[in-house]
Amino acid sequence: MFGSIGRKGFELKDSAETFLKEVSGIWFLTRETLYCSFIEPLKGKPNKWGPVWVQMEEVGVKSTVIVFLVAFLIGVILAFQTAYQLEQLGALEFVGALVGVAVTRELGPLMTALVMAGRVGASFTAEMGTMKVSDEILALETMALNPVKFLITPRFLAILIMLPCLTVMADLMGILGGFFIGVTTLGIDPTPYIDNSLDRMQLKDFVSGIIKSIVFAGIIVMVGSYLAFVIEGGAEKVGQNTRSSVVVSMILIIIADLFFTAIFFFFT
Amino acid sequence: MISVTNISKSFGEGAKRIQVLDNFSADFERGKITSIIGGSGSGKSTVLRHLIGAYKPDSGKIIIDGEDITKMNNEQMNEVRKKFGILFQSGALFNSMTVEDNVALPLREHTELPMSTIKIMVTMKLEMVGLRGCEHLKPAQLSGGMLKRIALARAISLDPKIVFYDEPSAGLDPISIGVIDKLMIDLSRKMGITSIVVTHELPSAMRISDKIIMLFKGKIIAEGNPEEIRNSQDSRVLQFINGSPDGPIPFSKSQKDYGEELKEMSLY
Repeated sequence: MFGSIGRKGFELKDSAETFLKEVSGIWFLTRETLYCSFIEPLKGKPNKWGPVWVQMEEVGVKSTVIVFLVAFLIGVILAFQTAYQLEQLGALEFVGALVGVAVTRELGPLMTALVMAGRVGASFTAEMGTMKVSDEILALETMALNPVKFLITPRFLAILIMLPCLTVMADLMGILGGFFIGVTTLGIDPTPYIDNSLDRMQLKDFVSGIIKSIVFAGIIVMVGSYLAFVIEGGAEKVGQNTRSSVVVSMILIIIADLFFTAIFFFFT
Repeated sequence: MISVTNISKSFGEGAKRIQVLDNFSADFERGKITSIIGGSGSGKSTVLRHLIGAYKPDSGKIIIDGEDITKMNNEQMNEVRKKFGILFQSGALFNSMTVEDNVALPLREHTELPMSTIKIMVTMKLEMVGLRGCEHLKPAQLSGGMLKRIALARAISLDPKIVFYDEPSAGLDPISIGVIDKLMIDLSRKMGITSIVVTHELPSAMRISDKIIMLFKGKIIAEGNPEEIRNSQDSRVLQFINGSPDGPIPFSKSQKDYGEELKEMSLY
C-alpha cells in the first residue's frame, strides 16, 4: 500500500517538475520576446514593420467580423436576460446601464480574447509548429537570424496593438446590441436608456477592460509560440500542441481575468 | 578550414544512453569537397549538426577558420554562421514566401544593400542554379529537384566560404542528382567553396568527392579519396558499396536477443 502511495508521490513529483519546466520555458521565451521587441530596437536594431503590418491584418482586420458578431449577440442576450429579472423589480430602464457596465468591464475583453485564442492562437501554433518540424526554424538559426525576433516579435506586436482595438469595437457592438433589443423588443425609451447607460458607465470600467485585453494578448501569443517552438517530431505533435495551445490560453485567460478583476475590485 | 578533434556525443541518460559519436576527428580542407557517408543512424547527420552549431559536443573541439565554435556563445556563433550556407535535406525553404523572397532573405537581413541590387543578386544566384524565371513561385509549386536547387541558391546568397549539404540527393531522380552534383562541383572548383556533404548516395559521393569519410556507429571506419574507398578491403565498406542487406552491418536493428525476448513474452 505504501508502495503505491510512494509511486503516486513520484508521479506527482514528476508532473510537478514537468509543469515547472513548462512555466520556466514560457517565462524565458517571454523575456526573450520582450527583449527583442522593445529593448533591441533601442540598441540600434530597429524592428521591421512590414511583417508586423501583415500580421496585424491577419490577426486584427480578418477577425473583425467574428468579433463583431459575437459581441453584438452577447449584448442582445445580456439585454434579454437582465430584462427578465429587472422587469420584476420594475427597473426595466436599467437594462442599458447593466449591459454597458458588464460589456465594458468584463464580457467585451473576455469574449474577444477567447475568440482570438481560438482563431489566432491556434493558427500561430499550427503555422510555427509546421515550420519547426520542416526545419525552417533551424534554417533561420543557421542563417544567423533569431527566430524569436523574426517570427514571434511581429505577431507579438500585432496582437498587442490589435486586441485592444478589437476590444473597443466589441464593447461598442455589445452596447449597440443591448440598445437595439432594449429599444425594439423590450420597449424601453431610447432617451432614458442612453441616459442611464452613460450615468452608470465610468471611464475606469473601460480602461480596466483595455488593460485586461493587453494581458490577454500577451497570453495568447506567448502560449501559442511556446507550444509551437517545443514541437519535436511530426504532424501528430503539431495537432496536439495546436489543441493544447487553445485550451491552455483559454484557461490562462480566465485565470488572469479573475486575478485582474480582483485587483480592480479591491484597489479602485 | 575546419578541423574536428575527438568529439563525442551521446543522447539520453542511464540505460537509454546512446553513444552517437565516439571520438570523431576529421579535417575538411579549403576548397575541397569532403563527403561523410554511412548508413542511416551512423551518426553522419549528428556530425553536421555539430559543425553548424546546432549541437554542442560532450567533449572535443571544432575549429572553423581558426576559432573554436564549441566555446562560443550565441552571438559569436551568429558571426561564424554568416560565413556558411546550408542545404537542408528537406530544403527548408520558407513556405509562406516566394522563391525570390527566400533567396533574398539573408541579403535583406544581413546587408545594407538597396532593393534593386538585391534583386539583381537574386537573379544571378537563380541563374547559377539554372532556375531564372521562377522568382514569383511559392515553394509548394516546385518539384523536389527544383526545391533543392532553390535551397542551394539561398544557401549561397551571401557568398559563403563553406557550404554544408545534408543529403543533397535524397529522394531525387538520377537526372536531378546529376544536376545537383554538377552544381556542387562548380561551386567548389570555380568559387573555391569548401563543401561538406553528408550523404548515403554512394555513386554521387564517388563522383564529386575529393575525400570520403565513412562512418559506422559513430566511428570512422574508412577515410580517403574515392579510389581508396573503392579498393578498400574492409568488409563493412564492401557491404556498403555492394548494398548487401546482411553482413558485418547487421540486418536486424534490435538491441535484444530474439530468443530472450520471445521467452520473456511467453511468461505473461
